[in-house]
Amino acid sequence: MSNGIYLDHAATSPMLPEVIDAITNAMQENYGNASSMHQFGRRARQALDQAREIFAASIQATFNEIVLTSGGTEGDNYAILETAFSRQAVGRHLITTEVEHHAVLHTMEHLETLGFEVTYLPVDENGAISINDLKAALREDTILVSIMYGNNEVGTLMPIHEIGAIVQATNAYFHTDAVQAYGYEEIDVKRDHIDLLSVTAHKINGPKGIGFLYINENIHLPNMMYGGEQEMKRRPGTEAIPNVIGFATAVEYMKQTNQAKNRDYPALFDALLQELNQAQVDYSLNGQNVPHLPHILNIWIKGVPVEQMLMNLDLAGVAASSGSACTAGNLEPSHVLTAMYGKDNPRIHESLRFSIGFGTTEADMKQAGQAIAAIVTRLKK
Amino acid sequence: MTDNSKIRVVVGMSGGVDSSVTAHLLKEQGYDVVGIFMKNWDDTDEFGVCTATEDYNDVIRVANQVGIPYYSVNFEKEYWDKVFEYFLKEYKLGRTPNPDVMCNKEIKFKAFLDYAMSLGADYVATGHYAQVTRDENGVTHMLRGVDQNKDQTYFLNQLSQEQLSKTMFPLGGMEKSEVRRIAEEAGLATAKKKDSTGVCFIGERDFKQFLMNYLPAKPGKMLTIDGEEKGTHDGLMYYTIGQRQGLGIGGGGASNDPWFVVGKDLAKNVLYVGQGFHHEWLYATHLDATDLHFTTNAELPKEFKCTAKFRYRQQDVGVTVKLGEDGTTATVIFDEPVRAITPGQAVVFYAGMECLGGGTIDRAYQEEKLLQYV
Repeated sequence: MSNGIYLDHAATSPMLPEVIDAITNAMQENYGNASSMHQFGRRARQALDQAREIFAASIQATFNEIVLTSGGTEGDNYAILETAFSRQAVGRHLITTEVEHHAVLHTMEHLETLGFEVTYLPVDENGAISINDLKAALREDTILVSIMYGNNEVGTLMPIHEIGAIVQATNAYFHTDAVQAYGYEEIDVKRDHIDLLSVTAHKINGPKGIGFLYINENIHLPNMMYGGEQEMKRRPGTEAIPNVIGFATAVEYMKQTNQAKNRDYPALFDALLQELNQAQVDYSLNGQNVPHLPHILNIWIKGVPVEQMLMNLDLAGVAASSGSACTAGNLEPSHVLTAMYGKDNPRIHESLRFSIGFGTTEADMKQAGQAIAAIVTRLKK
Repeated sequence: MTDNSKIRVVVGMSGGVDSSVTAHLLKEQGYDVVGIFMKNWDDTDEFGVCTATEDYNDVIRVANQVGIPYYSVNFEKEYWDKVFEYFLKEYKLGRTPNPDVMCNKEIKFKAFLDYAMSLGADYVATGHYAQVTRDENGVTHMLRGVDQNKDQTYFLNQLSQEQLSKTMFPLGGMEKSEVRRIAEEAGLATAKKKDSTGVCFIGERDFKQFLMNYLPAKPGKMLTIDGEEKGTHDGLMYYTIGQRQGLGIGGGGASNDPWFVVGKDLAKNVLYVGQGFHHEWLYATHLDATDLHFTTNAELPKEFKCTAKFRYRQQDVGVTVKLGEDGTTATVIFDEPVRAITPGQAVVFYAGMECLGGGTIDRAYQEEKLLQYV
């Protein structure tokens, strides 16, 4: 591994050694096409079926409810677009929140350009929606409610069970982007009346380029692409078997470590915060007063622009991030923090996200805390 | 070789070949190099395409080749407030501003330099063709670039001692052709990239069209200095003293010489035109300058002789500088008459290779007569 402290696991996570081994082995031994009738094809198909069992079990779904995708973005697009296109006879209204990932938000915006109507539910200072807002927004012609399971920037968990119960009694389908929550929450699609759920492998120490969309067997969702018979025609294209096997290996590991992460991660963040306290850094936590994911901590470091902090941290070997999309210097403050605190609050320009995972140590967290303190001290001089 | 690894140099990288080679050379010299792309202007078009994105992608490719971290920083607000507002204001006054001078003074060697310092930089570096030397008294001097054709000290004349003391210009000792050769030998992605031309925020676009978006055009009369009407102009801001193109009148008269802009009267909204490159109204003998800045803090005599440039890539002219009371204004007397002294442009002073500083041309005179240039 290279030098440096990686505290950006919510962006993507390193692959587990077991995953790398499984993928390497699959690339050497299991290179057949799962649709072929010969022994090489059968071997691939067997691995694919075993993996699908594992995926289904991980969210209390059944075998046929799992459609492999290229990742979270594809799952979100597929769920939202095909629901919208296929249910226009029922209605053209959709509900989501202001704090979704762009894979959901920009898809919704695209639908608006096609004449669909979208309600964006606001959030409070903790990043949570109000159930009453949801109830008020639901209409006869609402065809889809898409609300994320856990937020990728601040970690806030949405009241998924309550939402599921409410949406179930309406005409709408319930989709949730569970990309960040997968691996930390005990997801049960039946208990929570979830119709559609998207996840990706690379956030749980699996390979990049693969994920799945759960589609409740009681709903019909047309396919987005056309081609072969794979995934029961819902997602044609030759399956990337090494990726599938790597993903399944990561899910097995995830199930074993789920509870330990929830138990151990708070102490790791405390180690970082202790350093800040000791150095008397003026900070405040964003969205931590409600149930939240254990691997994400969003901190407002008062008075230090986030890009400046992130660059300095990078030069000090600490990798973190912010929710702001910053390409070629285009500064868009985080839409999540903006929704939580308003566009005039300085904290939307001065907050950064640390996210931990496989391999993060207490020593890493202390060192990161010291690095932040040193930068703050130097910049305030 | 000296150990430079503890010296952090933040390079302003534009995605062009010059700044690419700058980063490459500093890295070869063992410095702790960081590349920063400055986003100063948003030119996103109706398809969402923005040249800054393409340029930043080039920065990314080169920085990875060189092996340095890279970031982009947004200075759009600073650029708008400090450079673009000035640019528009000058045009409104009928003058011809020099945004590159202002950009160096306020953005590259102020906002960017400050930002670099916040990243722990010891120096900033750019791909300008200019040189800095530090003498035994710790004073930094700015010298012309070795490539006479490329020398950019004209645009850097407003830099202070403070700014220069934290600056490196690694290309100053080189010819442009050598820079291209180094880029090619190092296999840098930008080795064959075309040099950018024009003002950075306008790029290759039609200047007239661009200006029209921001300033109302007031068409008016086009007169000879004898008051003969030769047509109409599209708005005084579109014309610069000494300009030939775009007048829409050709030859005629006794000489049949081409026509040139020889004066402006903002109050009357009149553009004066005259025949011949060497029209008498185009020649000045001295000028008044404002906003004088010098590159070192050395005490200057109230009156001194040196050479000067009045526009980029012009031959130096011998001058006598008479400083005003507070030292921020001066009268600059030329050894010989100079053509097309343009209010708003920079007058820059040199002693041999050294750039002493400069100011903004405010008024031009022909002997006792104030030339009607604004």
